[in-house]
Amino acid sequence: MRVQAGIDIAAPPQLVWDFVTDPTRYLHFMNGVTRWEVASDQARGCGARYRTLMRVGSAEVGGLVEVVEHEEPRDLAWTSVTGVDQRGRWRLRERADGARTRVELRLQYGVAGAGLLGWVAEQVAAPAVRENLRRSLRELKRQAEHEQARAAAAARRAAAPR
Amino acid sequence: MPTQSASARSRNGHHPNGTPFSPAEDVFGEHDSASDRASADGPSPIERLLRAVSGTISSRVPVADLDERDPDYIRESLPAQWLLASLWFRGEVRGLGNIPEEGPVLLVGNHSGGNMSPDSLVFTLAFSTYFGVERRFYQLAHNLVLSMPGLGFLRKYGTVAASAQNAERALASGAAVLVYPGGDREVHRPSWEANTIDFDGRRGFVRLALEHDVPIVPVVAIGGQETALFLSRGEGLSKLLMLDRLFRLKVLPLSIAAPWGLNVGDMLGHIPLPAKITVEVLPAIDLREQFGPDPDVAEVYDHVTTTMQETLDALAAERRLPILG
Repeated sequence: MRVQAGIDIAAPPQLVWDFVTDPTRYLHFMNGVTRWEVASDQARGCGARYRTLMRVGSAEVGGLVEVVEHEEPRDLAWTSVTGVDQRGRWRLRERADGARTRVELRLQYGVAGAGLLGWVAEQVAAPAVRENLRRSLRELKRQAEHEQARAAAAARRAAAPR
Repeated sequence: MPTQSASARSRNGHHPNGTPFSPAEDVFGEHDSASDRASADGPSPIERLLRAVSGTISSRVPVADLDERDPDYIRESLPAQWLLASLWFRGEVRGLGNIPEEGPVLLVGNHSGGNMSPDSLVFTLAFSTYFGVERRFYQLAHNLVLSMPGLGFLRKYGTVAASAQNAERALASGAAVLVYPGGDREVHRPSWEANTIDFDGRRGFVRLALEHDVPIVPVVAIGGQETALFLSRGEGLSKLLMLDRLFRLKVLPLSIAAPWGLNVGDMLGHIPLPAKITVEVLPAIDLREQFGPDPDVAEVYDHVTTTMQETLDALAAERRLPILG
């Protein structure tokens, strides 16, 4: 099952990239995520591993994931090592006006070999997962744009004649 | 039916020389009642007959083999469990972070809901998704559950016969072990006692934790006793029919449950009402750190049951309506 959500953020890709590649920020903007801990020596980049959990229905679902694609500041993808099968991707693209970033968050999940009930469970879980992704993007937008506004204000103050 | 060998019974968690269902071997049991004591005058013909019958029953109990737990099977069945736990029971498990991340641990739970106990399902699912199916996790169950036709799949989840030996082997392997000291007595308590922790003085779990120096993590569940109207444990009826001697079954519960109406024994299970199940995992108790180098078993038992009762009272106070939660 694949679910995705997208949003426009009024900030450059690099700023958004700093958010989505920082594992310490996930609990602050990812809705439904109850755990996002570094589980490897490296905290970022290809090969970095995280223990993740997202509350869906009556369980916290997730497992150990590993970053498999890290193309700054455009694509960050991970795949599961243990736990529920999952692939996730942040896709950041600069809008033509240069002032906004199109952000897409994709999540594919399932349990191989679970049969018909597995398919049913994926369909039943999809609305909750999709809503989690949407809320996460809205919170990411709020935090990133706030950060962008602070940076812009700081730049204005620095440029203002004394 | 072939007689089980002494070594097989031993592996199964039963003492090879004793009555297979002897309460003295029960990991939870420390009963002192006269009926539980072996006769000092040697076995009477009736007692010999009972032993023969119980030996036959015990041969149906599968030999406990920790390797029968199958992580792939558990993983593939997670979606089905999740559907049942989420849609039917609206399960909610809190405090899983209180369980130590690794190493052996004794999870001590209260048990509700008759033979179709939903708290086990909800908690097992939550444990498996939280820690991953790779973490070794065993549940101790009554012999009758494991010998019941059609329930062999439970062994793949790590369910083994409730005995001190099985619990010791599981803990020695570094696993998390879930025990329900209240067992059949607590799980069939009347609905009006739903919010009562009833371990019946069974303190074996404390000794087990002390012997293996593992922490106890209390697991308190509510809602299971709302899945049917439980009327009576039927302890007198069980004794009259000698079920306590034959099957280590101290109860013959009476309930009103779907689809049977009046349900005697609950042997075939029932369709549980969709009561909301809430489970709260409490902070781990390191016995020697909290009670000194040589803890008093009774004191620890009182502490665990009192803490669990307080939590159950708090969970009960949260509930506004039966079944709906």
